[in-house]
Amino acid sequence: MGERIKEKLEILADAAKYDVSCSSSGSNRKNKEKGLGNTGAGICHTYTEDGRCVSLLKILLTNHCIYDCAYCVSRKSNDIKRAAFTVQEVVDLTINFYRRNYIEGLFLSSGIFKNADYTMERLVLIAKKLRQEHNFNGYIHLKTIPAASPELIHEAGLYADRLSINLEIPTDSGLKLLAPEKNREDMIQPMTYLKDQLIKTKEEKKIFKSTPHFAPAGQSTQLIIGATGETDKQIITAANYFYRKFNMKRVYYSGYVPISYDSRLPAIGTEVPTARENRLYQSDWLMRFYGFQANEIVNDTHPLLDLDIDPKLSWALRNMDRFPIDINKDDYQLILRVPGIGVGSAQKIIAARRFGPLNLDHLKKIGVAINRAKYFIVCKGFMQIYADKRSDIIKSYILHSSKSKYLVTGNQQLQLF
Amino acid sequence: MQHVDLYYDGSWAGLLTTIFEIFEFKIVPLSLRSTGERQQGMFQTEREVFTQQDKADRVMHGLIAKVGKKGYAELWHTYLSELPEAALLVVRVATYYFHEEKNVRLNFAQDHILQMKKIVKSVSRERHRMKAFTRFQLLADGLYVALIEPDFNVLPLVQQHFQDRYADQRWLIFDVKRRYGLLYDGQSTSEVTMDHTATMAHATLIDLHDAQEELYADLWKRYFKSVNIKERRNMKLHLQHVPRRYWRYLHEKSFGMEI
Ligand code: SF4
Repeated sequence: MGERIKEKLEILADAAKYDVSCSSSGSNRKNKEKGLGNTGAGICHTYTEDGRCVSLLKILLTNHCIYDCAYCVSRKSNDIKRAAFTVQEVVDLTINFYRRNYIEGLFLSSGIFKNADYTMERLVLIAKKLRQEHNFNGYIHLKTIPAASPELIHEAGLYADRLSINLEIPTDSGLKLLAPEKNREDMIQPMTYLKDQLIKTKEEKKIFKSTPHFAPAGQSTQLIIGATGETDKQIITAANYFYRKFNMKRVYYSGYVPISYDSRLPAIGTEVPTARENRLYQSDWLMRFYGFQANEIVNDTHPLLDLDIDPKLSWALRNMDRFPIDINKDDYQLILRVPGIGVGSAQKIIAARRFGPLNLDHLKKIGVAINRAKYFIVCKGFMQIYADKRSDIIKSYILHSSKSKYLVTGNQQLQLF
Repeated sequence: MQHVDLYYDGSWAGLLTTIFEIFEFKIVPLSLRSTGERQQGMFQTEREVFTQQDKADRVMHGLIAKVGKKGYAELWHTYLSELPEAALLVVRVATYYFHEEKNVRLNFAQDHILQMKKIVKSVSRERHRMKAFTRFQLLADGLYVALIEPDFNVLPLVQQHFQDRYADQRWLIFDVKRRYGLLYDGQSTSEVTMDHTATMAHATLIDLHDAQEELYADLWKRYFKSVNIKERRNMKLHLQHVPRRYWRYLHEKSFGMEI
């Protein structure tokens, strides 16, 4: 059996890799009754050669599919090797990888064979076996199959830590073009069901501590970037909508990797838009942790993100009238708005200034990127001398002083702030 | 006030005793090293501290009262870094804590605090790496064994994590560099050491492997290769996350090299 399982794993891991989510955090499942595993540590056990975190065993149950979505490698019309795991094979792989500390758990998705419910049933069965037969308390992320019945989705929530349905194409017109057999409503329906269940469980838990877990790490989704010529404004507006409307824990952005000669899609050989993808993640962070509104980042006047500078700096340069910020007096929320000051540094500033006023030297030691922040702040012994400069001049100063970090070249991934 | 070069036995209790005696005898330490590093003969300006558990305990309680369990843990983690400057830094920060009226643990504008926070951060990163990069191999007798070689002495800091996670399997994590390990027998964890003649290497473990061990190690390697997206290859980022010095213990990299 050794050789066949090796081949299956190669095929079904390869087909699953375009789903960029690999998070194993957000759940806090304890190891109960001396069983196996727990969650909450959110560990990356290794990184791929493209620098992505490997935390979970991310595989498809099968890459057979009755649909023909143009952007997907598993689409029916694609001439590739097909394979399918048995339920037991997935269980064995998960347990054995987990016991060797290779992974935090399982991320299971699947092509759709026969119909949505038939597929979903098998995904649920695997999660159930892991939890009940192996007392496995590690992380389980199940993909929800669009149009699967509410009963199955409910059962999935009882065993999984996270459930996700990928929107993939950010705009309705794009979806019509690339996946005409699919309809948005089939994706929205389970999302709505999950949202309601998650809220309900939270309420019940307040009253009855024994209320069973229901997908404690919530739900997430993924958007493919650069497949259909959408603007950043469209993407960020869509993400914002799903965060608010469906309480999404995360929206993932996946730069489209050309896998098809289909003329509706970017040609094979087109570069993966990793720089743009990175700017979108930065924008996402600004919305989730920095108190930014979507329309502060992109709007009708600025529908596209700058690729040469990060969105926070971009916003600051468009809003010079909001500066300078006083490091020793202003609120945390305002300090967070300063380019070059991240969440960690902002917290340290608030903690340290209680012991005395801070100067530039202190800020540097705390970890503030002075070469960016200095245009936007005042602090002890430092007056704002750039405030009357034009923002394009400040931008050129900053780009000049930190070339290597800002200029986007090819595939280079950028840091968050 | 006497200015002296101090020596202690290198243990954590010894370091806490040192802090006690600095107050007791009004000492200003010029340097602080472990006794093993001492030259022959005793100079006028040198002084050796002998570990006393009761003094160590009093310092521990005093620190916890002053800066809380978290503040105390930071000092311990700094000590575990084994950096040459760590011991003296622990003493200086502790002295600063005791001298100040307020809890000054978060005064990031103070140089020693800042220096300590940096070390604490590095130690914490190494601890995190060991949670991530520790790889067990299953032996035929059912024991899961992992060899590690962390930059800092972080094994004590990952014990709880592995105990909680692998509660139903027997395991041993062995620090090859420091020649000691933690053995969990299904009930409790104990420290094991190894004498100088014995070797602990992958080569010796291979003969003891469970029949399925090679299969799963191989499957993991294949999995690692298959999830890579070659169009996105970015080795710089890869190396930043998985520095080369850890590769020898990772199956998916060059696992199995002689050590
Ligand atoms: S339904 Fe899913 S697996 Fe099937 S072709 Fe569409 S995206 Fe791919």
